[in-house]
Amino acid sequence: MADLSSENDRLIRYRKDDPVDHAAVTVDSFLDQSSASAVRVEPGDDARELIPHLERLALVEVNFPSFGDGRGYSSARLLREAGYEGELRAVGDVLVDQVAYMRRCGFDAFDPDAPLDQSDVEAALSRWPEVYQSAADASTPIWNKRHG
Amino acid sequence: MYLYDHYDQAMVDARVEEFRDQARRRLEGKLTEDQFKPLRLMNGLYLQLHAYMLRVAIPYGTLNSRQMHALADIADKYDRGYGHFTTRQNIQYNWIRLQDAADILADLAKVEMHAIQTSGNCIRNISSDHFAGAAADELVDPRPYAELLRQWSSFHPEFSYLPRKFKIAVIASDTDRAAMRLHDIGIQIVEQDGELGAAFYVGGGMGRTPMIAPCIKEFVPLDRLVTYAEACLRVYNREGRRDNKYKARIKILVHEMGAEEYAKAVDAEFEHMLDEGIEPPFAELERIRTFFEDPAFDQSASEDIDRSDPDFALWVDRNTVAHKVPGYASAVISLKPVGGIPGDATSERMRLMADLAEEYSFDELRVMHTQNIVLPHVRKADLHALWTALEAAGLGSPNLDTVEDIIACPGLDYCSLANARSIPVAQKISERFSASGKTEALGQLKLKISGCINACGHHHAGHIGILGVDRKGVENYQLLLGGSEAEDVSLAKITGPGFDEAGIVDAVETAADVYLREREDGERFLDTYRRIGMTPFKEALYG
Ligand code: HEM
Ligand code: SF4
Repeated sequence: MADLSSENDRLIRYRKDDPVDHAAVTVDSFLDQSSASAVRVEPGDDARELIPHLERLALVEVNFPSFGDGRGYSSARLLREAGYEGELRAVGDVLVDQVAYMRRCGFDAFDPDAPLDQSDVEAALSRWPEVYQSAADASTPIWNKRHG
Repeated sequence: MYLYDHYDQAMVDARVEEFRDQARRRLEGKLTEDQFKPLRLMNGLYLQLHAYMLRVAIPYGTLNSRQMHALADIADKYDRGYGHFTTRQNIQYNWIRLQDAADILADLAKVEMHAIQTSGNCIRNISSDHFAGAAADELVDPRPYAELLRQWSSFHPEFSYLPRKFKIAVIASDTDRAAMRLHDIGIQIVEQDGELGAAFYVGGGMGRTPMIAPCIKEFVPLDRLVTYAEACLRVYNREGRRDNKYKARIKILVHEMGAEEYAKAVDAEFEHMLDEGIEPPFAELERIRTFFEDPAFDQSASEDIDRSDPDFALWVDRNTVAHKVPGYASAVISLKPVGGIPGDATSERMRLMADLAEEYSFDELRVMHTQNIVLPHVRKADLHALWTALEAAGLGSPNLDTVEDIIACPGLDYCSLANARSIPVAQKISERFSASGKTEALGQLKLKISGCINACGHHHAGHIGILGVDRKGVENYQLLLGGSEAEDVSLAKITGPGFDEAGIVDAVETAADVYLREREDGERFLDTYRRIGMTPFKEALYG
């Protein structure tokens, strides 16, 4: 399988498996077309409609047309809570100042419109020593450490 | 009072370093203003008419004297020697330089304070009852729940890009001193069959479309509090309108869906979330509670107050409030001297208030949403000494909840969104009533002024409200009557055509005179208005 990360130098991935090699379809066409294994969720889509079909999905792209539209954070978390383990990729207006929260909501790949500097991303991801709440990542909340 | 442990401190310190880096990139020109704006807003830094403004969070309005001293030092070191206490129990500095902002945040972090999430479309600082832990009528101290929610909402990964800002208030008494039902979420801690829980009111707010929050859940058990709040927010984050900034608050969503439908959607989300491990263990709430245990009150402290000095007796009657321990009172320091700027305090006065809190109030101070300061736990025997010190510093105005105790937003003197000035109107009204001597006769009369439709000065909730509008390029003021932010919550109504600056001061006096003429025994202005309605006021105003 082709390694897309070598073809697309904007793609940043935190997964070991190979990226899906075909384009993502809209939620509507995914729901009527059984062959696709990649789907693209827009802010107004209800990600819960995908839940019965998670088995056959390998890639969910969540689009952020503008970084200030935070619906995609909920879409991502909902899918992870429903047990989705495939790739969850944030695409669109994704800036370095959002990647840490996105990781916490379950995103494990970023394909932003404007390329991110890998070292800025690493700095942003390592900035926060702790977290206050449980989310879709493996971080241990402060309350758990206090009483762990 | 809550104290940070090394976890809390590490989070605040990390935030300072992050912002220092962002401000440096902006100053070096590596970030444009457009890119920098959302980042500075998450740290309470606004660009105003003349300078940057920094809003510092005072969680649930509680401070100790060391923190108040730090606020005074910041006013001297980085501003013009004063600060402005706001209706959300925070403090704002109006004359900040971008180059100093990170240093100010670092100074704040040293005293366990910050400016995190004091602006932006995220969950803002959580407000509460300013008499929490002292009020004779409270069920429990509401602040542990507010602190639990503060931690939950800090750096929340899912809810930092909401459709619009989000404000939460927590109270635990039937008397509402926090305008609870005018918040996006208002929580009242209640008791049912001997067990504590939380009633959730969702979808209140002021701004251009004021709404009173309906109750969507009468009882959420305390060990589900965070999970239920998370469900409320998730439904809003997914469904709240993003097509129109003026329709983006949760009040519009709840209104358009209907409270019942919204509540159903929250319930469904809540059921699902119960298995997600969102709720902190009960031990965490217990840990937080230990910080809010009563200080060592002297249960046998004398209840006697020597009232031989009439000025002191007046201040006691007006500015002190019943405490749960009979030998104590909560004392309100008015930041509304006649002719002054509501809510402003000089560094010198901040230091004095801090020192008095240390001496007389177990080191605690509170910021009220009415822009005054409370010393919550003062022995009755110490009230005279306290009052004497306040009087000497010009802080002894005996005007709590009177027509002189005006809430006013910064208005056109500072704010880039303003239509009209608020501060001079407040100054003229307090001067007028103080000079005419009617303040005393009018009793409780809550007057609230906003310089534009955004309603930062709570004009919708004033017994008398004033709203600044722009009329063909001239500052104009509308008069509103009949609002209340308290447990008898209601929204004020506009009387009719607006007035110019001199005219609005006269109009307030005219409305006050109608009340004095019409009132029956024991009625407040609001009660009389509710009984007789708008017509007699209109006749007097527009004749
Ligand atoms: C000076 C800079 C300020 C700006 C630019 C500003 C901006 C705004 C805006 C745009 C709204 C309307 C939000 C909406 O309806 O969605 C608003 C509401 C509000 N602001 Fe301000 N504000 C400022 C200062 C203040 C101050 C000093 C206070 C406290 C005294 C304050 C407290 C509030 C409150 C209580 C509301 C209405 C409650 C609600 O959110 O529904 N603001 N502000
Ligand atoms: S009410 Fe209007 S004028 Fe007053 S502070 Fe808010 S935005 Fe500014």
